[in-house]
Amino acid sequence: MTAPLAVVEGLRHGFGDQLVLDGITTAIQPGLITCLVGPDGAGKTTLLRLMAGLLRPRAGRVVVLGHDMTRDAAAAHPAIGYMPQRFGLYEDLTVAENLDLFADLHGLDAATRQERLARLLRFTALAPFRGRLAGQLSGGMKQKLGLACALLARPRLLLLDEPSVGVDPASRRELWAIVAAMLDEGRDEGMGVVWATAYQDEAARSGRVLLLHQGRLLADEAPAMFLAPMNGRVFRLEGARLARRAAARQAAGQPQVLDATVEGAAVRIVLRRGASVPTAETLGGTALAPVVPRFEDGFLDAIAGDAPPGAALPSEPLARRPHAAGPAIEVHDLSRRYGDFVAVDHVSFTVGAGEIFGLLGPNGAGKSTIFRMLCGLLRPTGGQARVAGQDMLHAPAAARARLGYMAQRFSLYGELSVVANLRFFARAYGLSGAARTAAIADSLTRFDLSAAAESTARDLPLGVKQRLALAAALIHRPDILFLDEPTSGVDPLARRAFWARMGLLADAGVAILVTSHFMDEAEYCDRLAIVDAGRVIATGSPGELRERVRSTALPDPTLEDAFIGLVTAAATARAAA
Amino acid sequence: MPGRILALLLKELAGLWRDRKTRFVILVPPLLQVLVFAHAATYDVTGVPLGVWNEDAGIEASELVRRFAGSPAFRIVADISGTAAAAAAIDATKVAAVLHVPQRFSADRLAGRTAAVQLLLDARRSNTALLVQGYAATIVAGFASPAAAAPLLTRQWFNPNLSSQWFILPGLMVIISVLMAMLVSALSLARERELGTFEQLLVTPLRPEEILVGKALPGLIVGMIDANVVLLVSVLWFGVPMLGDPLMLEALLALTLLAGVGLGLVISTIARTQQQSMLGVFALASPLVVLSGYAAPVENMPQVVEWLSRADPVRWMLVIARGLFLQGMPAGVAFVQAWPLAIVTVLAFAAAAIAVRRAVA
Repeated sequence: MTAPLAVVEGLRHGFGDQLVLDGITTAIQPGLITCLVGPDGAGKTTLLRLMAGLLRPRAGRVVVLGHDMTRDAAAAHPAIGYMPQRFGLYEDLTVAENLDLFADLHGLDAATRQERLARLLRFTALAPFRGRLAGQLSGGMKQKLGLACALLARPRLLLLDEPSVGVDPASRRELWAIVAAMLDEGRDEGMGVVWATAYQDEAARSGRVLLLHQGRLLADEAPAMFLAPMNGRVFRLEGARLARRAAARQAAGQPQVLDATVEGAAVRIVLRRGASVPTAETLGGTALAPVVPRFEDGFLDAIAGDAPPGAALPSEPLARRPHAAGPAIEVHDLSRRYGDFVAVDHVSFTVGAGEIFGLLGPNGAGKSTIFRMLCGLLRPTGGQARVAGQDMLHAPAAARARLGYMAQRFSLYGELSVVANLRFFARAYGLSGAARTAAIADSLTRFDLSAAAESTARDLPLGVKQRLALAAALIHRPDILFLDEPTSGVDPLARRAFWARMGLLADAGVAILVTSHFMDEAEYCDRLAIVDAGRVIATGSPGELRERVRSTALPDPTLEDAFIGLVTAAATARAAA
Repeated sequence: MPGRILALLLKELAGLWRDRKTRFVILVPPLLQVLVFAHAATYDVTGVPLGVWNEDAGIEASELVRRFAGSPAFRIVADISGTAAAAAAIDATKVAAVLHVPQRFSADRLAGRTAAVQLLLDARRSNTALLVQGYAATIVAGFASPAAAAPLLTRQWFNPNLSSQWFILPGLMVIISVLMAMLVSALSLARERELGTFEQLLVTPLRPEEILVGKALPGLIVGMIDANVVLLVSVLWFGVPMLGDPLMLEALLALTLLAGVGLGLVISTIARTQQQSMLGVFALASPLVVLSGYAAPVENMPQVVEWLSRADPVRWMLVIARGLFLQGMPAGVAFVQAWPLAIVTVLAFAAAAIAVRRAVA
């Protein structure tokens, strides 16, 4: 066994009173991609920055290639490549100019530069875009360019901070392939990669996994080893008697069950450690088939294995006022142009009351433009949109009063207290007097915010912030809820709690429109519309969409396979036309 | 509708108040500015360092020098001999002026001829130089013919002691409050946009006009608070008289502040970040102050610049504030300044309404 590239010993770090890393000990091996996986706020970035020598640890040490990073970081720096989450590309320079600049910064001589640039352009497929401004590249291409810049100096230790965040599934796979290929080439030199991510599937593909949760390492092993204890504990429950969400809730109530989530028409069941396998009938279905465990199952087991049954679920269903008859959202030939560019091209769909509907698509496909038009943030240039029975073109304020909106990023008032935020939104939605007091009190209890009521919103932990954002979006009991990538970067436990809540809301009659490029989120939707190049190219339930790409080569396609397949087919059809 | 505006207003005020830094910026700098400006930026010239180059040993010359030494305006700091020494002292700003008494001064005086003295002035500080020249001329004239000094009896109306503070503080009150109102409004929308709360605000049933009013009121309120803080300090600490109708002062102040709020909101709709909007306020602040007549009288400006200054709300309010403080300006006289001010305010606010509507829709 070769010497490790980096050794981390008893590492502790924090900001103010908050401990971000709490005693991390590990080693980074050459020749493989080590995935640093964990939800937002787990400490991934801090650990990478400590390894890059950009921060001084409070306790413990980091040794990279024999150099102690606290004392001797400069000696190790030439061998380290670090790509922060938002790589510092110069958006006003072209692709070629950016690469030349970084080559200059690393002082590469002409011959090496030629050879490496050619190779990186080939790997990243950016050669045709050499003359394009970096600012005008798509999200995926920007990440590839950033990666190419970080790889120019040919580092031995490459630290990548969430390179795949905000990138569509196809580009995400390409990024991984580029890094894997570079690693292959650099194997003789003993190159190694640390890849931080919130995507569980990337962790499953890696050579070694460091699972970080609340500043602690929950796992430091090969993915197969990590998942070994999950074998024989994951099943698919078919033929549920109840509607699929109610069936999942029922199954989750069983003492043997650690987790039950909807997947297509079936319910996916994860059993607790050492639990006996229940019969399909006790779980409320007709058949129970074993399935391959996923990385997330292991993560969930590690963080929630000992929690009492049903702990993640909100307790009481939400009481609802009767909603208006007719579909919640009706979109007909909706279009939006920017000059010559058609961002949204005659899109039509309908969302019924009590339905969770997902708009799924790569970045720049137009899904956010549709979403923004339906929220009243953007005026359509053509077509009709009726939201809660109100015409979005003519009565946007009346329609807005009936909808709730939760942005991807926390977007409440950070300087105000929890209660002040709720009070503002209650007033803004026209609640007054006793109704307002009751709505605020109800929100505080229902979303478990009473203890934090007077805290400043900015200082809350991520999960509590999200509950507050949801409470604010729901304070006026809207008929329709708009969610923009609601659970990206949230730990599996919090994600399940969130979607369980959404299930209850939908069952109570609220229509929920979700936009996302996270396949995990799409799985919770009743129906999906896949958006590409401004058009809806497919609509259907997650099961139906998977069915459309099923083949002998792909007998059990994932939703991501379905997505990539359908988008590629649509692109081919466009090219042929 | 009033409920939703109230929601926005309360949220804005709570946000301003809860943030320690903002709270500090709203209250402390205005007070500091008042204290610093009122004490430091005075137009009165006292204790000017004076060099004396006396070539005349006669009694008349000593008497003249003694008069300079006895005046509070001057402080004799150097004994100079020769042109070179005078130049050196002025170059080094050791003295602001040199009094040169030629050899024949006493002789000429006693012989009844016209006697001349020379005053060398450092005109790099032209304003001070003019004042120094005036003081010196008075001393010399009094010395030349004591009898002739009597007939001209001066009465300084409204500011009998010609106190600079009486003149500066009412203007400072207007400028500080307008700038603060502008700053608070300029930050408001830009802040929402920078922190990502803008869209959350836009999906509520708030209408553009409600957002306009809800975002305008905090600036107005902060401006009024700052104006009244300066007002109290001026009257209670500096003893500036406030002879006019306080209600009229407050009403016209509010009108002026609304113009500042309008300009601030326009900046806020253009800026993407709070930093950009602060730069915007900074860019507007200096022309607003310079054109207002706060430092240099509007009447002395070239015609084109004077026209430009008519668009400056501070210009009109400055005259009103000084008038109300020092002379108890009657409503009829105030109206002459108030109607152009009203026009400027309406225009600024209309621009803000259009800009906000565009940013929101």
